[in-house]
Amino acid sequence: MKNIWAIFKKELSTYFVSPIAYVMFLVFLLLAGYFFYSLTAAFNLQSTHYTQYNMARGSINDMVMAPLFYNISIILLLMIPLFTMRMYSEEKKSGTLEVLLTSPISSFELVIGKFLGSLSLYIIMLFFTLVYSAILFFYSNQDLGPIISSYLGLILMGASYISIGLLCSSLTENQLVAAVISFGVLLFLWVIGWAANFAGPDLGKLLSYISIIEHFNDFAKGIIDSKDVVFYLSFIGVNLFLTNQSIQLK
Amino acid sequence: MIEVTKLTKKYGDFLAVNNISFNVKQGEILGFLGPNGAGKTTTMRIIAGYMPPTAGTTKVAGYDVFEEPIKVKSQIGYLPENSPLYGHMTVKDYLLFMAEIKGVAKAQRKSRLNEALHKCWLEDVQDRLVSHLSKGYKQRVGIAQALIHDPPVLILDEPTIGLDPKQIIQVRNMIRSLKGDHTIILSTHILPEVSMTCDRIVIINKGQVVAMDTPEALSKRLKGTEKIYLQVMGAVDKICARLGTIKGVLNVSTHQDGIIVENDGQADIRPYLAEIIVKNKWKLLEMRSVGMSLEEIFLQLTTVEKTQITQKGQEAQQEVRR
Repeated sequence: MKNIWAIFKKELSTYFVSPIAYVMFLVFLLLAGYFFYSLTAAFNLQSTHYTQYNMARGSINDMVMAPLFYNISIILLLMIPLFTMRMYSEEKKSGTLEVLLTSPISSFELVIGKFLGSLSLYIIMLFFTLVYSAILFFYSNQDLGPIISSYLGLILMGASYISIGLLCSSLTENQLVAAVISFGVLLFLWVIGWAANFAGPDLGKLLSYISIIEHFNDFAKGIIDSKDVVFYLSFIGVNLFLTNQSIQLK
Repeated sequence: MIEVTKLTKKYGDFLAVNNISFNVKQGEILGFLGPNGAGKTTTMRIIAGYMPPTAGTTKVAGYDVFEEPIKVKSQIGYLPENSPLYGHMTVKDYLLFMAEIKGVAKAQRKSRLNEALHKCWLEDVQDRLVSHLSKGYKQRVGIAQALIHDPPVLILDEPTIGLDPKQIIQVRNMIRSLKGDHTIILSTHILPEVSMTCDRIVIINKGQVVAMDTPEALSKRLKGTEKIYLQVMGAVDKICARLGTIKGVLNVSTHQDGIIVENDGQADIRPYLAEIIVKNKWKLLEMRSVGMSLEEIFLQLTTVEKTQITQKGQEAQQEVRR
């Protein structure tokens, strides 16, 4: 436990002593801010039209926040591989992994420490997006339930992305290769659900089950289903296990 | 303290370490000597628990490296080749981090840090970023990192590489001062380094132990005698007795199906050997020098040694001038 904490502190501080964290935060928040602005503006325009013709308007949760969270999850698809690419690759290349692995810590403590380090950076980044929700809270009749569940979903989904990134980083000592492979894998796991529509009923079920985004749908609607939570947690567990195995291959 | 038994490591088809066995007693300094690619680093990595061997066992302080890795690792301070460090940390932060993952209790970390900084002459640079340090300083930070938890066993892979001549002498003195409390394995390809610091030398080449002895005995053996391997058809006892009478021959022994003649190396006795064998109508099948490969290694090593000595000479002259 103490060792995990030591690795965790080291990983998190590594992000903040270099420009990595600041640049990522900046780019992420600029993009997310732009999405938030355009979604709110579109919603505003639409509601004005709807009230004119006395039609029922959609809820702000469905029209602004849910699409915003989907957009954010796409930005993450591109950004998380950049978070995680250095985790093992850099240490492999510079040889510092040898120092860590000959220290009296288990390689699994190392994996967990690194995972939690990346996850915390991600959660800190996500924390800044709470401001959008806060704005809507003051100016609209926003429902808080779906917001909470969506954030839980985003954290679980992001953690799954990170676990894939970590695994890819442990396979190579080239950071760029790690980033490209993890992006490819994530995108594939994202779109695999599309094939579910024309694959057979059994295979289709399986494909949509593997799809990393399908499990987010319930969270976005405000439903916390244990089967989705179990999916994400087991997905993370398998990846961390494989990461641990891959470092021990020498 | 360290027992290595029949250690073998293969990378695919390449045999990096081939059936190496040796022991290191408590408080002893063992030097690993050999040309580049001899298998020094691989052997040290296996002892330090970085990678598993293909075959064989390694025990440190009574614990098997692969059955109780955490216990073994807490006993070892390991300096890998080229001293890898985190460039973005300050020397102090890096050493504190290493102390933490090596299980030094929080209350002792500060005093351990100061001791390591003092031993490796790093006090002046403790607040500098590691990436801004010169090679010599980085190497010393690596040694400090190995010492930080005061381990009973130290494994140092080329500890003096990249240091200037003065620092080399300092580091050697430091290693000698650690003797007794610590059991040390160090590797090098510089001959005087081992003869100055080590109690015992293991020479390895192409993954095999070529020689293992004290520096004195080893140099005596190398300089003193020469061995010639013969394969002769005839009555072995008679041949041995006759060859033993040649001037300069110290010892004649049989080895498998051949004969080994050891002489004092003053003159080349091979022509006499051939002459005598032919005269007596024995049939000479084979004759070659043995122990040459060992000499070859040393030759390779001594070419490095020369530059070292001149550097040291200059160093000594500077000292005198001061």
